[in-house]
Amino acid sequence: MGIEVMDISKTFDQFIAVDHVSFKVNEGEMVALLGPSGCGKSTILRMIAGLEVPDKGSIYLNGVDVTSMVTQKRKVGFVFQHYALFKHMTVINNIRFGMEIQKKPKPEIQEKVTELIHLVKLRGYENHYPDQLSGGQRQRVALARALAAEPKVLLLDEPFGALDAKVRKNLALWLKEFHEKLNITSIFVTHDQNEAFEISDTIVVINRGRVEQIGTARDVYENPESKFVASFIGKVNVIDAVVHENHIQIKGTQYTIQNMNNEYLQDGDIILLVRPEAIRICEEADKSHFIPSIIHEIHYRGSHYELDCSIGEQTIRVIEEKDRMRLSSWHENQNVFLKIHSYKIFQADQGHEKIKIKLKALGYIE
Amino acid sequence: MKIKSESKLNWFYSAGLTKKILIAVVLIWFCLLIVLPFFGIVKACFENGADKFFSALMVPEARHAFILTMIISIIAIAFNTVFGVILAIVLVRYRFRGTSFFEGLVDLPFAVSPVVAGFMLIILFGKDGWIGQFFEMHQIKIIYAFPGMVLATLFVTLPFVAREIIPVLKEFGIQQEEAAYILGASRWQTFWKVTLPSIKWGLVYGMTLTMARSIGEFGAVLVVSGNIIYKTQTSTLHIHQSFTDFNYAGALSGAIALAMISFLILTGMQFINERR
Repeated sequence: MGIEVMDISKTFDQFIAVDHVSFKVNEGEMVALLGPSGCGKSTILRMIAGLEVPDKGSIYLNGVDVTSMVTQKRKVGFVFQHYALFKHMTVINNIRFGMEIQKKPKPEIQEKVTELIHLVKLRGYENHYPDQLSGGQRQRVALARALAAEPKVLLLDEPFGALDAKVRKNLALWLKEFHEKLNITSIFVTHDQNEAFEISDTIVVINRGRVEQIGTARDVYENPESKFVASFIGKVNVIDAVVHENHIQIKGTQYTIQNMNNEYLQDGDIILLVRPEAIRICEEADKSHFIPSIIHEIHYRGSHYELDCSIGEQTIRVIEEKDRMRLSSWHENQNVFLKIHSYKIFQADQGHEKIKIKLKALGYIE
Repeated sequence: MKIKSESKLNWFYSAGLTKKILIAVVLIWFCLLIVLPFFGIVKACFENGADKFFSALMVPEARHAFILTMIISIIAIAFNTVFGVILAIVLVRYRFRGTSFFEGLVDLPFAVSPVVAGFMLIILFGKDGWIGQFFEMHQIKIIYAFPGMVLATLFVTLPFVAREIIPVLKEFGIQQEEAAYILGASRWQTFWKVTLPSIKWGLVYGMTLTMARSIGEFGAVLVVSGNIIYKTQTSTLHIHQSFTDFNYAGALSGAIALAMISFLILTGMQFINERR
């Protein structure tokens, strides 16, 4: 039951938008498809809704193969990023639309509309036109309209993408509550990691049309299975290093880090992915694996501080709590020591420079 | 009166004066081209009394011409509404080879002189024309007959509906239609309940323009109609005929009647534009 996507692919004019994607959404679950823009996540959603036809693979909704079924018969609810409300209809007529198409009896429509208006907190706006509503209100109308047709699954395509940060946050929390109440099988597409973490039980990370990892928020943050996941989810430092006789040596320096993995490392170039909060600044070295460094810049970030520190030629970002910053008197150009207490190792390959550049452009790494 | 030297230097740029001059220019131009000629014909017409105006309007050939004009314009509106919507949907929604070429071609009737258009129709539909031969065999007359006049009017009014709808459809996009499909609406239901209401005012505006143009059409219709009284003479042709026959009263009354209709259409268009 629920939604099952099996090995679907889609190509547009030689551009591979979706590349052998499979995942499953259990009944009543809310799954997020998370990835950068243009990664194919919206195309996947549109294929589930029947707005696009996959070139290969199949899609099951509640155990029924719908791959070649027309959109009208799939009984899905869809919420678009830009609302797609019927502009010439009032709020109430937008919500009624699906039920009127289904030729439901009038009293039933009336009852359902009243219930939905109450549910999405739009009482008093029944006879407004979409143009007269705020973005958040419009999206709630869109949600009510989708639910009115009693869909088996709910698909949300960047539903908060066009809203400003404050409204987005409130609506995201509201949607989570809403989902807990209704328990409708849902897929939520977003490029915003915080949104995905906040709303979903399971996260499917997608990059370049492929599934990179499927897991809970904790899984994808703590145990990324690929360089992409590690760097896309949260901030991360990418450090070039070399392995020599099971020692990790930071490139361009003599400094080494202890191998915290249990397995023996092959000699060769690697990259270390280190979360900014997994690094600690100390003023004195008490063990050999503390790395000498210089503080370049200190950035105030409200809830915490971020410091740019150099190791040899490379610059990495470190997050420090306010309390530690207050107690110490660190300043720019000061010599300190860094302790890296957790990292992920990935083989350095030709692609990794490209990934670095891309992530920099996206603002995920400094 | 003393004028400060700096304001003297900048006289043209001082907002108040520039505004006044520009408004004056526009008003004078308007009066010369539109208001004065209109008053001219009204005055000339009523100089001999209002009863003469109405009797000239009521002569059988004038009435016949007027009815013919109306019939042709109603047919043109009906055809162009259906065809214009289809044309706009095809050009906006389906990208096929030569879409942009066709989009340019829609404007051809704007560029081609109606007289030229009329001749093109004669060549094609005349007794010896490619298509005309076929109809001739079946005893159907197109040129110098009613069908030819409708064709000529259809040709000159082709762009109006499509041109008005194309930008509206482009802005409308496809998401509302997709939303309707997902909610279970068929293509036909979606067209009637979602697409058509959204392009409604553009469509009505295009229809109004079509009406105005087909009532006023002269050149193309003159060429293909043969201008036969009681048969193929429209109002504009009747006005022209009266004028060349020195029947000024007839020409003037017909002209005023058409001008009044145009005025009504114009008012209607203003109303529609405010609604949009």
